[in-house]
Amino acid sequence: MKMRRRTFLKLAGAAGAAAAGTQARAAFGDAAGAGESSVLVDTTLCVGCRACEAACAEANRLPEPPAGDRVLDQVRKTSPTSLTVVNRFEAPDGGPRFAKRQCMHCVEPACASACPVRALDKLPNGPVTYHPERCMGCRYCLVACPFEIPKYEYAKAVPTVKKCTFCAARQAQGLAPACTSVCPSGALTFGKRGALLEEAKRRVYGSPGKYVHHVYGEHEAGGTNWLYISDVDFSRLDLKVTVADASYPQLVKGALGVPPFVMTLWPPLLMGIYAFSHRKREVASREGGKQGGGEASHD
Amino acid sequence: MTSAVAAEARGSWFQEKILLGMRPGEYLRSLLTPFNGVAAFICMVGVPLLLYRFYAGLGATTNLSQTQPWGVWIGFDMMTGIALAAGGFTIGAAVEIFGLEEYHAIERPAILTGFLGYLMAVVGLIADLGKPWNMVQIFAQNGTRSVLFEVAWCVVCYTLVLSLEFAVPFFEWLGLRRLYQPLRKILLALTVLSVMFSSMHQSALGSLFIIAPGKLHPLWWSPWIFAFFFITAVIAGISMVIVESSISHRIFASQLRGHHVDADALTIGLGKAGAVVLFAYFFLKLQGVIDNHAWGYIGQGFLGKWWLVEMLGFVLLPSLLYAWGARHRRADVVRVAGVIAVLGIILNRVNVSMVAWDYENPDHYLPSWMELWVSLTLVTIGVLAFRWIVLRMPVLREPADLAAEH
Repeated sequence: MKMRRRTFLKLAGAAGAAAAGTQARAAFGDAAGAGESSVLVDTTLCVGCRACEAACAEANRLPEPPAGDRVLDQVRKTSPTSLTVVNRFEAPDGGPRFAKRQCMHCVEPACASACPVRALDKLPNGPVTYHPERCMGCRYCLVACPFEIPKYEYAKAVPTVKKCTFCAARQAQGLAPACTSVCPSGALTFGKRGALLEEAKRRVYGSPGKYVHHVYGEHEAGGTNWLYISDVDFSRLDLKVTVADASYPQLVKGALGVPPFVMTLWPPLLMGIYAFSHRKREVASREGGKQGGGEASHD
Repeated sequence: MTSAVAAEARGSWFQEKILLGMRPGEYLRSLLTPFNGVAAFICMVGVPLLLYRFYAGLGATTNLSQTQPWGVWIGFDMMTGIALAAGGFTIGAAVEIFGLEEYHAIERPAILTGFLGYLMAVVGLIADLGKPWNMVQIFAQNGTRSVLFEVAWCVVCYTLVLSLEFAVPFFEWLGLRRLYQPLRKILLALTVLSVMFSSMHQSALGSLFIIAPGKLHPLWWSPWIFAFFFITAVIAGISMVIVESSISHRIFASQLRGHHVDADALTIGLGKAGAVVLFAYFFLKLQGVIDNHAWGYIGQGFLGKWWLVEMLGFVLLPSLLYAWGARHRRADVVRVAGVIAVLGIILNRVNVSMVAWDYENPDHYLPSWMELWVSLTLVTIGVLAFRWIVLRMPVLREPADLAAEH
């Protein structure tokens, strides 16, 4: 019975996504990462049931999240043992708003570009995944991520980085991520980025006055695969509004362009300087010799 | 019979090379000094702490957190250690490439400091990495979009170059002429490589922070931070050589017998260079602040004032002192300026990696005593190694064959 309902929902979702997808190609086919897996979070629909947290813990074999609503009394962050958390915030009208947090799966991820051993790697279909067997534990990904998502297992003697992997293994089997497949309220929509950007704008502009006129994640950090729409200011939902619109890996492009020049120009330049200084000394010693007194004649 | 002779020969070799010509008992008694006592205490606590860190993990030994992933072991041992090791390439270039022969006498101690500085930084790095054995992945994965990839390769390459440079006095000490002669001949090539790897490495350590504009305070963050790191490395190189040579010349005076060096003239010459570079750096930093639209942060809050302390007290002041000391030929003033400049570089690296990092977080990082103790241990081991080597190998004194030529 349960299975059948889920299958039905999935089919309905797939049909909807396919329909949206055809439209999206026109408007957002050129958007960065348009063909990548993506999730639209409509915070106006989230009821804070935290089924996504439980599904995430189960899929990643992590401890069960705390039961009861008391846990919503404080704003939590993701941690090595909880890769996604739902937080409750107060809207200006006094009502509650909920926002799920997890890895944003940037189109151009800062963490993966920062990783010197490609332990963090981006798959062509969108997810930013992690290979613990390559990781040396430098924690530069924690330094680089503008959303403060990678978390380190400081408590362990042999630690790894923990973060949401967008259920890349499930996606490879054609399944939706664990969290989106259990969301009962329709707050999470799984699809392609181009199509979901279209859907997000349709909702924002289709209900005048309801939503803030911004899709969080469309341009943040050069574009993310998790997109948020909201009827309250995004800063109220603890989403980082100071994140720059530019792609973070692009920031270091200039600095990383220097080594080839240093490696090709430095040696000949330095050898040239050496040739000059060597010649100068040679001439000086020869002239010193001719005058017969060496240093004394100069004085 | 033969073996007895060999044993005796070996005994005398050991006595000569390792025990400084003393008998074992004599040598051990000579080690009983207050300085050695303090150093032994530091190491007896620090080395077990280092082992405990691998048994218990980073969480049990450090105050690192999810928002402060890099602490003292990276911010001080790595960032500062590498900057202070810059004397190796600065003086090497001055002597071998620019032909400033008068600095020849301080080239080897500068290279030795660089070599030990890099080794200690690598040990600090191993302590800091969660899974250090995966460092080999640097050679297997081409993480070419990462600044840290560049840093890692530069550490490997430059440590190799430094060990080859250091191999010259090492083989001279062992009397292996066939090994040190060819190395002496390629010293120019090694120096070119050392300048190349250093300029990439020193600047790349700064580039590491470019990707985190929201986390590092705007007075320190700049897209040009790689240039600032390189220039400060040159300042650190010059200043460290001034400080170190004044200390070495006092402590290891016996090593310098017959080695006619006008230490004051060298110091004053270095001070002149230091004044120019520091002065240029001061105005480049102001330029960086303007470029970053961060002028309004100056003097604002603790970090705004702290930035002024760094810039006025540890950049402008040593610059003026260097200039005054060089102008009036006062080596003592130049040495004071050198000490302030070295402290200023340490302050800069500590500020960038720790004090001004994660600056909006009210729950700010403070290192644990264990982190500090391990860092102190590494510095102590570096100093002990420097002394052990200087007392035995031709670093401060001239090698025997060259001294004989004069």
